Amino acid sequence: MIHAYQLGGYNIVLDVCSGAVHVVDDVSYGIITHFEHLSREELIEGLFKAHPDDPAYSEAELNACYDEVLALKEAGQLFSPDTFEPMAGTLKSRTSGVVKALCLHVAHTCNLNCAYCFASQGKYHGERAVMSFAVGRQALDFLVAHSGTRKNLEVDFFGGEPLMNFDVVKQLVAYARTLEPKYGKHFRFTLTTNGVLIDDDVIDFCNREMSNVVLSLDGRKEIHDRYRVDYAGNGSWEKIVPKFQKLVKARGGKNYYMRGTFTHANPDFLKDIETMLDLGFTELSMEPVVCEESSPDRLTDEDLPIVCEQYEKLAELMIRRRREGRPFTFYHYMIDLSGGPCIYKRISGCGSGTEYMAVTPWGDLYPCHQFVGEERFKLGDIWTGVVNDAVQSEFAACNVYAHEECRDCWARLYCSGGCAANAYHATGSVTGVYRYGCELFKKRMECAIMAAVDEQMAAEDPTNA
Amino acid sequence: MTHIKTINTRNLCESAKNGGCGECQTSCQSACKTSCGIANQKCEKESK
Repeated sequence: MIHAYQLGGYNIVLDVCSGAVHVVDDVSYGIITHFEHLSREELIEGLFKAHPDDPAYSEAELNACYDEVLALKEAGQLFSPDTFEPMAGTLKSRTSGVVKALCLHVAHTCNLNCAYCFASQGKYHGERAVMSFAVGRQALDFLVAHSGTRKNLEVDFFGGEPLMNFDVVKQLVAYARTLEPKYGKHFRFTLTTNGVLIDDDVIDFCNREMSNVVLSLDGRKEIHDRYRVDYAGNGSWEKIVPKFQKLVKARGGKNYYMRGTFTHANPDFLKDIETMLDLGFTELSMEPVVCEESSPDRLTDEDLPIVCEQYEKLAELMIRRRREGRPFTFYHYMIDLSGGPCIYKRISGCGSGTEYMAVTPWGDLYPCHQFVGEERFKLGDIWTGVVNDAVQSEFAACNVYAHEECRDCWARLYCSGGCAANAYHATGSVTGVYRYGCELFKKRMECAIMAAVDEQMAAEDPTNA
Repeated sequence: MTHIKTINTRNLCESAKNGGCGECQTSCQSACKTSCGIANQKCEKESK
């Protein structure tokens, strides 16, 4: 299977199953896009007749080009078949029972009252609560005990607003550090925060202990303050932006992301990305809102072409700034074509419910943070482990081939079948697909690959840049 | 090749032979938390 598209002045052809990416001229683009439907003679005759006066389409050139395409096919770099399905369960069965990441819900409460919050203002449709040190410690013990031979363990301090339980976060990090030499593990911590409670102590701690911090900012002040308000209705932009700037400045190059959400109110989210850049931030993420179908914030069918155009313009901006020596990172456009994930990872799904779980303030285990509060999906708890084998089996079987709609999708080895929570909320099944999300994902991948192609072409021929 | 420029990519079919160590990051565990993409992840296998 191939995917051919034109973007940024390039004709790009992806060979889906080998992962090969080709930049082709117009002649070969014409040949490749009709290769599987027409014979050699029909194809060459058709193109020759369509371009009678163009020497690029002479019979000799067309034949030479056809031979190039044929050679790539024989080398397994074009039209390669999908032979991976029998391996789909391999990674999960090889690592069965191994947990490598936990999302610790240290605070089911929040000091902001954002109307679009998928976690219902941090409460996850339940009571307000914070995690005790004893529960958090048991969660870390559970993770170490179930991590097998895996060295790197990931723990995300999540909420609600995790800084509302900052003392416990600090105690848990200190405890985890004592486990590292004892068990030969290395913890990578992430903290996701709205910024309200950031002070010098938080900055110092995060920059010392957190591998990554995720800072919630929606971009333009009027966009951010439309949703991200306190309980009195006051916007938080003025309060948090200087704190984020101070934290990032002190971070000394360690990972961080400014993470925004865009909604029906700002499908033109590129302006928000530009605001983040103007504020001095360069590691950026901007996500489409996840919310109920009835919500006025939800992105509509009319928004879709606007959002797709914004993604294209974002890629153009990224290329332009890279050429000007002012690069920035957009989370969804990070793609390592030469060293990315292996095929096992690409087909095995996101890992929720098996290698990744969320822990509530009272120690219950859920397949991921987006299922917390959905009682049917409760897997067990951190003392007795997973007891709901039926639900865990659903997630264990949730690989790219479990989604019927993914079988003929060119992007399936870039998304691994998509987000189980989005699929469940859109279709009632974790093996369904959230079609709107798929459309956005495919556009992002086209842009990401085009930007990567441009970078590689510029590196090889700087006069092109 | 005069008409086609092939970009340097990881051969996925080859990765079937030596991949699958499972050391890579969990897909959702960094910036997004609301979608799934694995293309932007690093391979963390120590000896490839």
